[in-house]
Amino acid sequence: MMEIDESIEVWGKMGKRDGGNNLRPLIAKPLDRATLAIRLTLFVLAGMTTYTFLTLGSNGVNVAQATAETLSNFATMFLHPYSHHLTVWDAFYEVLITLGLAYLTTVLGGVLALFLGLMAAQNLAPKWLTNIIKSFVAVIRAVPTILWVLIFAVAAGLGSTAAVIGLTFHSVGYLTKAYSESFEDLDRSVIEALRATGANWWQVVFQAVIPSSATYLLSWTFLRFEINFGNAVAMGAAAGAAGIGFDLFMAGGYYFDLHEVGLITYLVLAFAIVMETAATYMKRRLQSGE
Amino acid sequence: MQVDVFRKRRNNALIFFGVLALLTAGAIVVTQYDVEKGFTSLGKAFVWGAANLYPDVKSLAKLPDILAKLRDTVLISVAATSAAAVFSLALALAGSRATRIHRSFTLVARGIASFFRNMPLVAWAMVLMLAFSQSSLTGFLALFMGSFGFLTRAFMETIDEVGDSSVEALKATGAAYLHTIFQAVLPSSLPQIVSWLLFMIETNIRDATLVGFLTGTGIGFSFDVYYKAFNYHAASLVVVVTVLTVLIMETVSNTVRRMIL
Repeated sequence: MMEIDESIEVWGKMGKRDGGNNLRPLIAKPLDRATLAIRLTLFVLAGMTTYTFLTLGSNGVNVAQATAETLSNFATMFLHPYSHHLTVWDAFYEVLITLGLAYLTTVLGGVLALFLGLMAAQNLAPKWLTNIIKSFVAVIRAVPTILWVLIFAVAAGLGSTAAVIGLTFHSVGYLTKAYSESFEDLDRSVIEALRATGANWWQVVFQAVIPSSATYLLSWTFLRFEINFGNAVAMGAAAGAAGIGFDLFMAGGYYFDLHEVGLITYLVLAFAIVMETAATYMKRRLQSGE
Repeated sequence: MQVDVFRKRRNNALIFFGVLALLTAGAIVVTQYDVEKGFTSLGKAFVWGAANLYPDVKSLAKLPDILAKLRDTVLISVAATSAAAVFSLALALAGSRATRIHRSFTLVARGIASFFRNMPLVAWAMVLMLAFSQSSLTGFLALFMGSFGFLTRAFMETIDEVGDSSVEALKATGAAYLHTIFQAVLPSSLPQIVSWLLFMIETNIRDATLVGFLTGTGIGFSFDVYYKAFNYHAASLVVVVTVLTVLIMETVSNTVRRMIL
């Protein structure tokens, strides 16, 4: 708020110096709404962070000692990966299961989100419908994935079924938003031109809307696939779903076997980095293809 | 010729959906996902949810406790994001195409970012838990690590986008390295950076629930305790409170974004 007062003062002074002339005073740096919003946001965040650091309870943990211990744990983990309970092939197969979970949830979520996205796009559906769908998926997205999985676990039992449904729910929320925004980017005149030729709603969707936004749809879906892979690992650990996450949780939380945690981490990292590289490559090819 | 275009398009679509279906079948086999059970339990879950999953009057007594945990979670998410942002910005400046000191820095920065981004959050949480035990610091550090990787990548792309021309212009006037950064690069990429920060905080509040589960801190732990005690009314209160927080956070950051971008 200081800045506002200062700039007001400068305004006043300049007005006097010009002797009431109608010349526009030149302010070195006008403080517009955007700058103010940025400064205010950063100020609030800095304040909250400082407050957190000052009040963060360490529960009697000796921070220096714990840091040293953690560093040596990381050294054990990354420099001496080794497996005791799993063979490397087992671990590989478990990662494959996790990958399968990520794939299933992305495909299921993508198909559902395609229809919801069409109903949520303002240029394709009536306003009342888009409002309903958009608020519906906003609520779905706001519930953390782990809570969805556990809620479904009560009905389906812990395991891959609950994990798939729970992860799909969150994917639908995310992808519907992404898809509908891609659809809304489409020029209105294209739709109007097709409508004028007598095309019905489905023809507009399949001949114009989906082909022209296919690149965006694919890159969003691939991004979600990467996220779902990470989520599937997490669900294995936190909700007892199948896959490598569960082994990671057992190795880290029960056997305290850092060597095995290291091996699993390397495997997951390798898969994730291959996927990231593939996604980057695909995105570049799709973009240059247009 | 016209016909060929359409046939090619149709064939491409057929191949695409064929591969998609094949992979789906493979994934169902590998994960042992029970399709039928998936559908039936969806219905069962809704029936059960309607009967049990709502906050009742008795669970409202737990509200002060839940809100205190929620406060911890939000504060930790914000602090982890802000602290990570400081380090990410430094690394992104060192590695970005426009502002790097040497070519090799880009590769190193990208490598570090990729490592921290792709490392599973669970692995961070598990390893940190061994030394830091059940304290808020565990949650803070786990979120910090993930945010650091993501933000570095995001900041690097932002700086690359806005940087090139303005840096060149300032260099031509003979400005020093630090001057170009503080006078050109940072001011012009600040709106995007703040937007990424807000996005990261939203993500971190959701992820904090998961980390809380694994490390026994914050709102995730509250849910875990009530869920395992079959106190579903109190657990649903946690869900409601979390949803409201995320929705409020989303609204605030959308408002700020509209003002700055």
